[in-house]
Amino acid sequence: MSPVLWPLVIPFVGAILCFMTRHTGIDRWISVAAALAHTVVSILLVVEVADGSILAVQLGDWPAPFGISMVADGLGAAMTLITGITGLAVAVYSISDVGQRAAFSGFHSLFQMLLAGVTGAFLTGDLFNLYVWFEVMLISSFGLLVLNKGRDTLRGAMPYVALNLISTIFFLTAVGLLYGLTGSLNMAHLRVTLDGLEPSMTLSWVTLLLLLAFGIKSAVFPLFFWLPAAYHTPAFSVSAIFAGLLTKVGVYALIRTFTTIMPLEPLFADILLWCALLTMFVGVIGAAAQQEVRQILSFHIVSQIGYMVLGLALNSRLALIGAMFYLIHHIIVKANLFLVAGVIHRVTGGSQLKSIGGLYAAQPILAILFLIPAFSLAGFPPLSGFWAKYVLIQASMELSDWIAAGTALLVGLLTIYSMTKIWGEAFWKPHPAGDDALHGKGIAWSAWVPIGTLAALTVIIGLFPSPFYAFAEMSAQSLLDPSGYIEAVLGGSAP
Amino acid sequence: MDALLAGLIGLLFAAALYQMLSGHFLRFLLGLVLISNAATMTVFVSGRLTIGAAPLIPVGADAPVTEVANALPQALVLTAIVIGLGLFAFTLFLAIRTFRRLGHLNANTPLPQSPAKNGSLK
Repeated sequence: MSPVLWPLVIPFVGAILCFMTRHTGIDRWISVAAALAHTVVSILLVVEVADGSILAVQLGDWPAPFGISMVADGLGAAMTLITGITGLAVAVYSISDVGQRAAFSGFHSLFQMLLAGVTGAFLTGDLFNLYVWFEVMLISSFGLLVLNKGRDTLRGAMPYVALNLISTIFFLTAVGLLYGLTGSLNMAHLRVTLDGLEPSMTLSWVTLLLLLAFGIKSAVFPLFFWLPAAYHTPAFSVSAIFAGLLTKVGVYALIRTFTTIMPLEPLFADILLWCALLTMFVGVIGAAAQQEVRQILSFHIVSQIGYMVLGLALNSRLALIGAMFYLIHHIIVKANLFLVAGVIHRVTGGSQLKSIGGLYAAQPILAILFLIPAFSLAGFPPLSGFWAKYVLIQASMELSDWIAAGTALLVGLLTIYSMTKIWGEAFWKPHPAGDDALHGKGIAWSAWVPIGTLAALTVIIGLFPSPFYAFAEMSAQSLLDPSGYIEAVLGGSAP
Repeated sequence: MDALLAGLIGLLFAAALYQMLSGHFLRFLLGLVLISNAATMTVFVSGRLTIGAAPLIPVGADAPVTEVANALPQALVLTAIVIGLGLFAFTLFLAIRTFRRLGHLNANTPLPQSPAKNGSLK
């Protein structure tokens, strides 16, 4: 079997096995094993495409553009690997975080299904197939979200479900219109066909619908309200995987659509640019007003999404490199911060900043492990976030877009404000109930390992950015010039 | 025929959006059914319409000899309908549970926060 298909098959098999063993308690170990296998095959996939080659598989041996193609290029493979790593970290974390009842309700199989959906979205080379993977992802995330039966969960689930459904329907409509326009759904073939078409009203509508659909998915201003309403309510494992991966699938879809399939028209690029800047700004201001750890972090997801979309909107080579670097850095950091939030909750007994404290005295190592992703998020050198922001700001200055560069710098500063707020309240100040309240609250190894590993990855990317930069450069190159992609999928004989 | 269907799709979208914007979750669900149908109709009509031409290839031929219906949109529509049904079932269930728990389905009524209970999943 082709290396492109392994990362898809493994989570599916994992989901089925987890479902069959959900009453025995070994399902969590199957989940960890499947996530590990997923990571390993993704590493192999990244090694295969690292030299700039693009792997394509035609499912059922139907030649492209008639069948469904699965394609791994630099961006797709890198996102698959990062899905594997985040999935593995959260699977290990969930060993102690997810109880028997939630496991029996199907937590682990839903989790694996979610990973399958996300991976499929990253590897598909077919627009309708992307819609199907979105739905796989969506229905698993719905299931994970409502495993926790609290009032707030239901309250947050309503806008989450509603807006995500509207988003997929807009996407489906756009797919329909695009098919009517071109007679094709294969991404490579769409590019070939669209290159030969005059710009038309229909194409503008398709662009607008796709921007709306993926904009909702990736929580871009002004379509982000569902995210902070929902992400602080489910179990910590669930919100960590949501925070790490789900919105980033939307960003990936934006990048894939508006580079590989159809380059962004200047008008829409301008709209997207302003949306990106407002997303960055509104997200970080929203975070400053929050008093609950995960709500602060949720607003920061919105803010950070702005940076990635900015990279796409600027639409230069350097900006795309920055966007890709940001994607990878952000997934690791954000998932890690939500995992730390889970440990904070467990040790101090709460998530409201008012009611917690004393962590620095009780758990100094945890304090350091919080500071690494927190400072990386804000963009401190020499952590991964610094390089991601540096490349994006450099790209803005290269295009003389001083507003974008200024906003990126300012939002970075404001990010530090929220991070120091969590630091000051949760770690520095004494616990309101006296520091003795934290005595004997140990942290399980299954929490230490993923948090430590993800923090280490953040530091490694920060200290040795050049291989990651080179990979992002190679991927951005193939996004801007999709001739290699088209040839790999259509086999050089583009009809 | 195409113009008629295009008008119908427009009508469905308009009605669906009107329902969805009402702020009541049950009406949102009604709108969801309508808008899914509008989207699937869009896909279906995009494949161009033919009347009474089954996509069959005569015995011995490699390709259809006369003009036939486009089979691909039918496959796409079928997929979309199945997925839509699953999502709708979930959303309906969510509405029922939300109603039992909160006592109402009005999206604009604020809820007293009780965040202390969040995050535990046992």
